[in-house]
Amino acid sequence: MEQPDRCQANMDPSVEAACLKSFMMQSSTDSNMNLTDESCSGFTPDPSSTLEVPLYRGDCHIVLLSWEERGLETIRGHERGHTNDKLADAPNASQKAFHTWEENCGPLYDHFTQVLLKVIDERPHNAVDVIEDISRDLKQALSEDQQSTLRDSSQASAVELLAQQHRLLFNRPKEADQEEEEAETAFPNVSEIGFYLEQAGVGLGREEMQRIFLSLKQLVESQSLLRCRLWGKILGTESNYIVAEADHQEGEEEEEEEENAEEEEKEIESPQNDSEVDPLPQSTYKPQPVVPKELKGTGANKYLYYVCKEPGLPWVKLPSVTPTQIAVARQICKFVTGRLDAPVVSFPPFPGNESNYLRAQIARISAGTQVSPRGFFLAGEEESEEEDEAPRDSYEVNPDFEGVPVAEMAESLSTWVHHVQHILPQGRCTWVNMAVKQGENSDEEMEAEEDEEEPDEPEPEIGPPLLTPLSQDQEIFNTPPWSLRMSSNLTGPHAAAVLRSNLWPGAYAYACEKKFENIYIGWGVKYTGGGYSPSVPPLPQNEYPSGPEITEDVDPSPEEEQELKESLEEPHNSQEDADEDEDEDEDEDEDDD
Amino acid sequence: MDSDTLYFALELIAGSGQTLNVEQRTALQTSLLLLRKDYKFQRVLFWGKVFGLKQDYFITQGRGEDEMEDIKYFYSFNCIDWFLLPTVTDTMVQEVSTAAKGRFMGDPSHVYEHVEAGQDGKEVTKVSEESRLAVAVLQIDEEASVVPRGAFVKNPHGLIQINRSFGGLSYSEASKFDNFLHFSKPKNLKKKSILEMADLNPTIDFLDVLSDDIPNGCWSLQFECASRVCILRSLLWLGLTFYHVPMTPQHGYIYIGHGAKNLDLPFMQ
Repeated sequence: MEQPDRCQANMDPSVEAACLKSFMMQSSTDSNMNLTDESCSGFTPDPSSTLEVPLYRGDCHIVLLSWEERGLETIRGHERGHTNDKLADAPNASQKAFHTWEENCGPLYDHFTQVLLKVIDERPHNAVDVIEDISRDLKQALSEDQQSTLRDSSQASAVELLAQQHRLLFNRPKEADQEEEEAETAFPNVSEIGFYLEQAGVGLGREEMQRIFLSLKQLVESQSLLRCRLWGKILGTESNYIVAEADHQEGEEEEEEEENAEEEEKEIESPQNDSEVDPLPQSTYKPQPVVPKELKGTGANKYLYYVCKEPGLPWVKLPSVTPTQIAVARQICKFVTGRLDAPVVSFPPFPGNESNYLRAQIARISAGTQVSPRGFFLAGEEESEEEDEAPRDSYEVNPDFEGVPVAEMAESLSTWVHHVQHILPQGRCTWVNMAVKQGENSDEEMEAEEDEEEPDEPEPEIGPPLLTPLSQDQEIFNTPPWSLRMSSNLTGPHAAAVLRSNLWPGAYAYACEKKFENIYIGWGVKYTGGGYSPSVPPLPQNEYPSGPEITEDVDPSPEEEQELKESLEEPHNSQEDADEDEDEDEDEDEDDD
Repeated sequence: MDSDTLYFALELIAGSGQTLNVEQRTALQTSLLLLRKDYKFQRVLFWGKVFGLKQDYFITQGRGEDEMEDIKYFYSFNCIDWFLLPTVTDTMVQEVSTAAKGRFMGDPSHVYEHVEAGQDGKEVTKVSEESRLAVAVLQIDEEASVVPRGAFVKNPHGLIQINRSFGGLSYSEASKFDNFLHFSKPKNLKKKSILEMADLNPTIDFLDVLSDDIPNGCWSLQFECASRVCILRSLLWLGLTFYHVPMTPQHGYIYIGHGAKNLDLPFMQ
């Protein structure tokens, strides 16, 4: 008798009952069934239990063994049907209770039987190697494909919105081609600058440069600028700025005059309110007179600057810079955040928000690092006679400029010159004597004081004149201010000379034959030499003028008081004696009377 | 930045303003391959560029079996001839921090001297620029190297390897600092509470997270190149740029700068 393989399965109770019934009937009629005790030797019938013993299963023959409560009817059965080699691998029946087994491992039993059926059908060569794959495939087949019930999100992501903006960059204006020729003179050759900058190891990547130049073209067309140039990029903590430099246009001076008139009106209104109330003690603090800012088109305000965050987004014009802003910007060191209206929190307090700070940094960087090959620009001829009095502030392109050989440019700094005016410590490019009081009312009062101030008149601040060579730049913090090299050592005369600033990390200039360009790509921060310390706050001011009536004196000690008393009493005593004598005489006289 | 992906990766980090010119790129292509063959590295990465007053240093990193342990650094001036940088010891770090000030000269044999009047007399500390460079490179890697979470796995033997099934972070994941890790020996990991550790997966979260960096706010996260690339810039080591293209396994970092820590950061925020 073959050893029965005991498999277990769970079936519907109704089916179980039907099978049981049929088998009972079968077994009772068929006495030829070979039932051996061996097959049921494993059983120890427990009449008190309600357990049903495990179910046999093999090749579609279901044999049910069950104990019934009522009696000791034992139905023995054995497996009929041929065993298979594969079925020998089927798991053996456990001795646990059928119910709990059904809950725990019923599905597992189903899965295993499915796997084994598949193995039997397909008969793979290395069943043990692929058994896990078969198991996984069966499980995957059970799970149905669920169609995604998510709808398309109607909001365009930030990337897609930006891409739409960029799409506009590529729009060609429908106007005549003639206008293109005029527009080309407004800004220089796009791809050439990008190529040379890449040779120098500086740049924003080709696609980004292309986008930037297309948006510059948009700027020129929208603002109808005469001349425009990419100044560079300032990196910020949240987002960056792309800066474009443009020439001023006429007709913008009127706006500023209106602003000044409004401020003056406000000042006049405020003193009228004070006359109604008892006059409070006036402070004697006189704020330092504000250095006036330079006019448009001169000095630090020579050019107009536009910024944008991403090429394709609209350009914003930066306000003009005032000398106080430059003076304070020199004392602080800050990153820009990327939002033009962000406050700049610092000490000394910066007069303005981030757009002003950005403009001040741009002015400082331009003044410090915009250079050109010597001879490219010539000083303006009009002011050649007045060189002693006023610094030259205009220059013209030299039509006779023949490029300096690149090897020479890469070796000595004297072949490069600054072409932007240096900013004086006052914050302007041309010095203004603040000691001269301006205003009609104060003229008469101050005349007397002016005589006193003349010997103290501040000396005019002089900066290096325009077009000074770089070899005269000072070393700061023991580092030379510039580093020069060739863009490549292998390509000889076709290479470019690259100048890198050590004071403003990120400022580069290249020159190749007759072409040159400056650019700044950096954080907008000057090299502080390994340690920046903010300026110390000023001493607290005197609250009141100190005089003898409010100064504290040390109280006299008792010895001093005694001495004073004695010194005062001596003449007093002598006088008192005289008085007492008189009094005594009078009294005596009175008594006598 | 992997030498195999150098071509397009340089375009992606060019938003910081620095790139390599074509000649240097072609030189790197050939020389890095030869370097890999000579030293039998698994991968060779172009680490970056340190500016010097006279010459710039180009630095590469070679990695062996274990991505974190088997690392060697090389420097070169022309991207062709590579010299091995010395391994850094603690005494070297001490000496460099006392003696070396200012910018890199560009000459590896330049000696920085620092004279201190000690009790026994003058103490002179001398450090060569080569050691200073090695220390600077190591410090930058320890404090400012970045990898996205999930890009590297720790296998059961303790070896750290590239995760070949890393599909990239999504756009929303890439905008959080929690998903970026430092690629160096973790220091903050053991200080985390058990509650935080329960959320971490030990195979991929075995490194320090960027959001635990001190000082707070020393990283700048932006999306550049038309918002397609996530760029992380370090404000502590100005010049370190990390890029990651979301939903792709492309990532890498490069340092192009002066090799000096930005100690003024608290004033600048």
